Amino acid sequence: MSRIGLFITCINDALYPQTPKAVVAVLERLGYEVDFPQDQTCCGQMHANSGYRKDAVRLAKSFDRVFGAYDAVVTPSGSCAAMAREQYPALIGGDIGERVYELSEFLLDHAGVEDVGARFPHTVAYHPTCHGTRVLGLGDKPLRLLRAVEGIELIDLPEADQCCGFGGTFALKNAEVSSAMLDDKRRHAAGTGAEYLAAADNSCLTHIGGGLSRAGGPEPIHYAEILASTE
Amino acid sequence: MSAAFPKAAKVALGMPQLRSNLAHATGTIRDKRAKAAGELDDWQRLRDTAAAVKADVQHRMPELAVTFERNAIAAGATVHWARDAAEANAIAARITREAGAEEVVKIKSMATQETGLNEYFAAEGLAAWETDLAELIVQLAEDEPSHILVPAIHYNRTEIRDIFKGRMPDAPEGLTDDPAALAEAARLHLRRRFLSAKVAVSGANFAVAETGSLVVVESEGNGRMCLTMPETLISIVGIEKLLPCFEDLEVFMQLLPRSSTGERMNPYTSVWTGVAAGDGPQNVHIILLDNGRTDVLADEVGRQALSCIRCSACLNVCPVYERTGGHAYGHVYPGPIGAILAPQLEPGRHDDLPYASSLCGACYEVCPVKIDIPEVLVHLRQTGPHGVGEKAAMSAAEAVMARPRLWRAALGAARFFSRPWRRRGFMRRLPWPGSKWTASRDMPVPPGESFRDWWKERER
Ligand code: SF4
Repeated sequence: MSRIGLFITCINDALYPQTPKAVVAVLERLGYEVDFPQDQTCCGQMHANSGYRKDAVRLAKSFDRVFGAYDAVVTPSGSCAAMAREQYPALIGGDIGERVYELSEFLLDHAGVEDVGARFPHTVAYHPTCHGTRVLGLGDKPLRLLRAVEGIELIDLPEADQCCGFGGTFALKNAEVSSAMLDDKRRHAAGTGAEYLAAADNSCLTHIGGGLSRAGGPEPIHYAEILASTE
Repeated sequence: MSAAFPKAAKVALGMPQLRSNLAHATGTIRDKRAKAAGELDDWQRLRDTAAAVKADVQHRMPELAVTFERNAIAAGATVHWARDAAEANAIAARITREAGAEEVVKIKSMATQETGLNEYFAAEGLAAWETDLAELIVQLAEDEPSHILVPAIHYNRTEIRDIFKGRMPDAPEGLTDDPAALAEAARLHLRRRFLSAKVAVSGANFAVAETGSLVVVESEGNGRMCLTMPETLISIVGIEKLLPCFEDLEVFMQLLPRSSTGERMNPYTSVWTGVAAGDGPQNVHIILLDNGRTDVLADEVGRQALSCIRCSACLNVCPVYERTGGHAYGHVYPGPIGAILAPQLEPGRHDDLPYASSLCGACYEVCPVKIDIPEVLVHLRQTGPHGVGEKAAMSAAEAVMARPRLWRAALGAARFFSRPWRRRGFMRRLPWPGSKWTASRDMPVPPGESFRDWWKERER
């Protein structure tokens, strides 16, 4: 049996315990044993992408130390998985990045499961987040998993592939442009009339959800939580 | 560190007409491009090939430039080398005077925008007339271009009608905003210029080393007029425009029109090799322009920016460009390509442009020569300057995140100290710098029980 390490990401560690809990639930339901190494912190993406290479290298090295012994690292974040796989080779060398999987990659490519036995009788619109889709190449993997969920009704999100405007520190450095992008995303999401807006990254959902909570619209939810649901 | 972009962007965001013009125009080109690119089964292979050719050019730049020079001279052209914008402009002005002219007609060219040729000519008592429709509009309006391919993208046709009526001396009576009528007015205005011009100035899309040929790709035919009617032709060409051989055009001529205008083929492609006796311009001058390019070449990551073929696909898909327009970038190259090229061509300036991106990657996805724009943006952020306060905050964050114990303590502290700002599950107003976030978005509050606590409980 291969050893699976769960990387929950710093944002889930701070704000969204329900998402990694959902990952654990789905993986255990499928018969996998998951380990949570306590010393994990952050993949270093914020530092790397904001231009702080040295800091990013230190965080990447510590990621490598914490997860080096695992055969697979599963994470509910397209952008953190993309950080490890696409940026680590240039930052720290080594091959740890190759063993980091975003949840849907692990389920479809590694475990070979499309139907994870979930039930979620609600209307859901799905936003494909930029790093997951374009950098990691997730394509429609999370959507394929969602389509197999019993009772779910998926509603198309107009202009789904447009960035929500988060972009890490971009949201602060260019706050006005970021907000203008958010406005459009929020309008499209609200227009679907769906109960939930799902995505593969809680950072983007924090941004979109932070806007939706003011103007009204679907409830943001990480798609892992839908996969974990059996209601 | 400069903050010109966020400020200018804020101004642009407050102009509803501009935003609607841009959203409409970029949206239309975006869809056309996607359709035109989707028609070719080997699109991805074409992109790979183009990227490989351009990388090869960058490796062999000195050799190819000299080969080009030799072959162009053999075909009857005169070749000049310009270290920077000032040299290029001075050479062009000298040739113009030697031809006994006081004015030139111009083909749309980014290189001459970059050197500021029109302004230089004006200061020297010479006139440079733009003949591309959109450049003409911008010139008449005494404005700056805001897009690489469609310099007047920020105007709608009513605004263009008003510019023509107010500033074109020979504008017809009762001009309407019908596109055909506007084009006809411009055509009549320009025809007089073409017929009287002794000198034309152009750029080039490609410079073929093997044959010494230059290539101009255009849509309106104004370029063809400029390239064939005047006696003297001056072409200002950035050295990155070199291609090793004529056959390489096969790849680029498939990629460029589909990426820029979303057309399978552009209406006019002009190729000329030195002088053809008795046909077209008899004095052919080529000014090879460096203007910072060899310095860019020295940066292994940044040099990909020199692969750019100025198709502007990255502008049209960029969510930031779509909302701010080109002027906010404060450089002749706006949008994603400008954000990586401007700070490299003018080191020490435009250092806020690499941050004018959410790194969404839409630009990389469409770029016909596969420039990894997000990679270069991040690279420039890593090699550029940082604000003192931000730097301190980032090191502090790293210091905590690199130490698991401290990190766990910080999470607990965040749960505690966020209390005063909580409002029904959200924080609506945070103190600076969090206020930049909460100006338009709420922030969720940390949970009562963390994942770590839950896991520990479970393990017992
Ligand atoms: S960077 Fe690529 S997409 Fe942008 S203008 Fe240049 S060639 Fe076109």
